Amino acid sequence: MWIVKRAAFYLLVAAIVFVAVFPFYYAIVTSLKSGTDLFRADLWPTTVSLANYRNVLTEGSFARNLANSLFVSGAVVALSLLLGVTSAYALARIRFRGRSALLFIILSVSMFPQVALLAGLFELVRMFGLYNSLFALIFSYMIFTLPFTVWVLTTFVRDLPVEVEEAAILDGATPWIIITRVFLPLMWPALATTGLLAFIGAWNEFLFALTFTSNNAQRTVPVAIALLSGNSQFEIPWGNIMAASVIVTVPLVVLVLIFQRKIVSGLTASGVKG
Amino acid sequence: MTGMEPETARAAHSPLRAQRVRSAWLFLAPMLLVLAAAAGWPLARTVYFSFTDASLADLDARQWVGFANYFSVLHMPSGRTLYDGLLVDPVWWRAVWNTVRFTVISVTCETILGTIVALVLNAKFAGRGIVRAAILIPWAIPTIVSAKMWQWMLNDQFGIINVVLLNLGLISDKIAWTANADTAMAAILIVDIWKATPFMTLLILAALQMLPREIIEVARLDGANPWQIFWRVTLPLIRPALMVAVIFRALDALRIFDLIYVLTPNNVNTKSMSVFARENLFEFDKFAYGSAASTLLFLILALLTIVTIRIGRISLDGGR
Repeated sequence: MWIVKRAAFYLLVAAIVFVAVFPFYYAIVTSLKSGTDLFRADLWPTTVSLANYRNVLTEGSFARNLANSLFVSGAVVALSLLLGVTSAYALARIRFRGRSALLFIILSVSMFPQVALLAGLFELVRMFGLYNSLFALIFSYMIFTLPFTVWVLTTFVRDLPVEVEEAAILDGATPWIIITRVFLPLMWPALATTGLLAFIGAWNEFLFALTFTSNNAQRTVPVAIALLSGNSQFEIPWGNIMAASVIVTVPLVVLVLIFQRKIVSGLTASGVKG
Repeated sequence: MTGMEPETARAAHSPLRAQRVRSAWLFLAPMLLVLAAAAGWPLARTVYFSFTDASLADLDARQWVGFANYFSVLHMPSGRTLYDGLLVDPVWWRAVWNTVRFTVISVTCETILGTIVALVLNAKFAGRGIVRAAILIPWAIPTIVSAKMWQWMLNDQFGIINVVLLNLGLISDKIAWTANADTAMAAILIVDIWKATPFMTLLILAALQMLPREIIEVARLDGANPWQIFWRVTLPLIRPALMVAVIFRALDALRIFDLIYVLTPNNVNTKSMSVFARENLFEFDKFAYGSAASTLLFLILALLTIVTIRIGRISLDGGR
């Protein structure tokens, strides 16, 4: 009886792992096929070819799209962390009137559906001449990275011991000195978590990138992959699409696996964004 | 949220306190400005556009039309009365129905599956770390990439799912999963459940790991079987965390766009409220009408958000 239970349990575990991993595995297998091999549903690659990867990276604009995505996501992370750290200090350590109202507003903004901002943002982006520019994306991505960065960092700073700050205050340090010299060195774990989550959010964003850019040179990778097309309407380049998908996903999967524990604690601490 | 400030330092130096409050606002100003410019202002403009007849080609040549985009009554010369606007648009109501149906089914499945996987991961067994890493993979994959991966696996001609089902004799003909009226929504649900269950699992697992082991131990010594322990002890204890996770997922599901736009383009059986709004804004040259749809979507979510924060507070207080 015990053995049957144990076997059933491991069968369930195996099923979970299979379902979680198989689609990505199959994308890798597909990306390594070429020619007519593509249209045979094999569970493992019979011949390995890197032709799809070569095509994707040399033909078309995919390399440029990768650079765009890196630039946008990097800038979004840097800006959110900069604005987030100072705000978190103010919200967590200084008592002033309207603080809870501010926290409430910040939390509400993180619930905004992106579509509700689309019309207004489009007007704004056009007014400032940012249409089809990466800066339009950096600006609009603040909507979803900033609230949760501020929220998570505020929770983190609040839980740091009071003593670290008292000594500095008695020494006459200004708030800016306190942030940079006292808090910043202690905040690295929280910064790594929120930075990574902001990076993933910006790297994956689709709606704004689709709407605010109009040509291949300015697109980010999610839009580029969604719009990858073949020579004709009826010929979808599945090999290339899968190669591009693997290229953009592998760095994320590696990062997520390295920072597993931090991400899990960050997600549960904020509970705000998936 | 209170009492964390260095009380002694504050009481001793009152000018210092004034200086600290000043610097607090100084520190918050850039963040608040960005949020106001990127979220507050655009939202207000969207609502404003929904009361005009603005078109994409010329946003500036617009006139105030009141509630006409939402609802209007036309009296025809022939004596007939016509109703117009979003509130009587069957395509919009279809999108609302699709979104609600999608949200209810996907969140229900994700909660049940997430609880099962979390219970498995909460048990001690060899290789637990590997399983936990494996379930993070669907969460880490960009939505567009998962849409494309599944689109390929669900491909009617060459997709592995059709091939396997055919070989097992479960289907007699290949199914066009993403194009068929009957299966398009199922395809969307499969991909979303695959991608979002890990998030659910992680939140539930965190709640499970906070439970005191003794409580479950005591129940077991009292002769309760695992089934009873789950329903009578574990579930009531993790319920507050479960509710918060469910509401966050539901808010996310109600604004779904990417997956539907890529996996089942132009399919009336899966079109969500977000897809409907964007389509009118930028593809049908009905900018004002799309703005009205966006505004309604915002109102629905705002209502739910207020409920969320209420429930969130209650659960926080209950936990203390």
